[in-house]
Amino acid sequence: MTAPAPTPAPPAVPAGASPAGAPSGGAGTGAATALARAAARRRRVPYLLLLPGLAWLLVFFVAPMVYQASTSIQTGSLETGFQVTWNFAAYPAALAEYWPHFLRSVLYSGTATALCLLIGYPLAYTIAFKAGRWRNLLLVLVIAPFFTSFLIRTLAWKTILADESPLVSALRALHVLDLTAALGLTDGSRILATPLAVVCGLTYNFLPFMILPLYASLERVDGRLHEAAGDLYARPFTTFRKVTFPLSMPGVVAGTLLTFIPATGDYINAELLGSTNEKMVGNVIQSQFLRVLDYPTAAALSFILMAVILVTVSVYIRRAGTEELV
Amino acid sequence: MPLLRWIRKNTVVIAGALALGYMVLPNLVVLLFSFNKPAGRFNYEWVRFSTDAWTDPCGVADMCTSLGLSLQIALWATVGATVLGTMIAFALARYRFRARGAVNALIFLPMAMPEVVMAASLGTLFLNMHVSFGFWTILIAHIMFCLSFVVTAVKARVVSMDPRLEQAAQDLYATPAQTFLRVTLPLAAPGIAAGALLSFALSFDDFIITNFNAGSTVTFPMFVWGSAQRGTPVQINVIGTAMFAIAVLCVLVGQAVGNRRKARA
Repeated sequence: MTAPAPTPAPPAVPAGASPAGAPSGGAGTGAATALARAAARRRRVPYLLLLPGLAWLLVFFVAPMVYQASTSIQTGSLETGFQVTWNFAAYPAALAEYWPHFLRSVLYSGTATALCLLIGYPLAYTIAFKAGRWRNLLLVLVIAPFFTSFLIRTLAWKTILADESPLVSALRALHVLDLTAALGLTDGSRILATPLAVVCGLTYNFLPFMILPLYASLERVDGRLHEAAGDLYARPFTTFRKVTFPLSMPGVVAGTLLTFIPATGDYINAELLGSTNEKMVGNVIQSQFLRVLDYPTAAALSFILMAVILVTVSVYIRRAGTEELV
Repeated sequence: MPLLRWIRKNTVVIAGALALGYMVLPNLVVLLFSFNKPAGRFNYEWVRFSTDAWTDPCGVADMCTSLGLSLQIALWATVGATVLGTMIAFALARYRFRARGAVNALIFLPMAMPEVVMAASLGTLFLNMHVSFGFWTILIAHIMFCLSFVVTAVKARVVSMDPRLEQAAQDLYATPAQTFLRVTLPLAAPGIAAGALLSFALSFDDFIITNFNAGSTVTFPMFVWGSAQRGTPVQINVIGTAMFAIAVLCVLVGQAVGNRRKARA
């Protein structure tokens, strides 16, 4: 027997927002023309409010994207200058040369996302249902890492995963490293400068982005539903599988997207914790842009990266079967 | 076996505690190694206890300058993004107008885009417009990516506000300006504060977008990145630990004040 999983009352989300009444009460009994003028002024208000911010986004976000698109079909060099020649060759060339980096980006960040879900879910669940009066303190501890520069914390992993560190020595003694080496995750008996180190860093850095949305959706789950499932003879695990987890799906989807998208474009973990064999697309874009100064290739790589993420995410959303984003 | 039974009963909590340990461990390492006296240029191996770095936090060339620059940029980026973002949020939450959907999408996009892509495209634009990289390009970029987060935070708050309170104020002969300053703004303040805090944290800690738009200007994250190549001074850990302590203290004080206010109400 499974619990019929009663759907909770739909949260009273105000769809969009209502126009805030008609607060023209103070206008009094002016002539019709005055009222019309006031109405016209009122109609202008939202556009005036939007203008500066949207202008900022259009000039410094949209325009660069369009410009970047045109850069990716340019040819030339730093000396002769770059011209738009509708030369799409940068795309296949970039793909042919850097496909391992794309593959690595998706693999590493996909693994890190799965690990974040696996590690983050119990913690979010504990905070939401088991923490009692410790709830706020635990939430602070989850957000706290945000307050120390993430580069410093990533460097700390260099110490934790160093070859002679207590953790690595213990894992070596337990023959865990033999296992991971057999899986191709580590190289011999070290962790630093291997795929495992990069995945570990990615998981660590993006864990809060997974936990917070998970917590937000678990917190809204009515505890009485658990009791109801128990009353209907569902075992704890069945309750979780049939009631709690489905209700937390919005959090799962939001968390995986918030983790996967930035992790795929990340290059800090690969640079600091990996070797040259773990470089991701972000590393290539960075070096093409800042060191090689090959802007068309950097632009093409950016657009391929966006396409890869877009495809992965849309396939995922269709599979996860929820339209409810953010 | 009572122990086994206890473990089985509390599996979730144990897994949660382990996850928390994973999250906090690097902070503890940063704290511990701020008392280290490293043998070489890199501070990755424990040698012996020392308080040198704590008594001389600015002893490394250029580090405190970069810290000051980061604070300055974060402050102005917060001001800029909060003002622009709050205006957009009010427009979206309070008014119906054409192209609302498009505006919503435009706000959402920067948050859903990998940072490298935004960073590289803005950098390309500046480069080709012959804008010289430095303080202003960093500030422009930071306001750009903080804006969406402010809009999201403030909009959530404004949407949940009761419009009848403002109508009541107007019924009591408050002018529009008075209504806004004494009713609307105080009600929206928590959302605005959340957006501002988020902007400050995001801007202060941003590396990727800064890396592409800074030229030779060095912010604190840029300094840390450079030191990972040249040698990490212990003072980095001092700054990291101090930031952590200050932030946790702010949260605790904020909570205490909130609790007292709640108790009085």
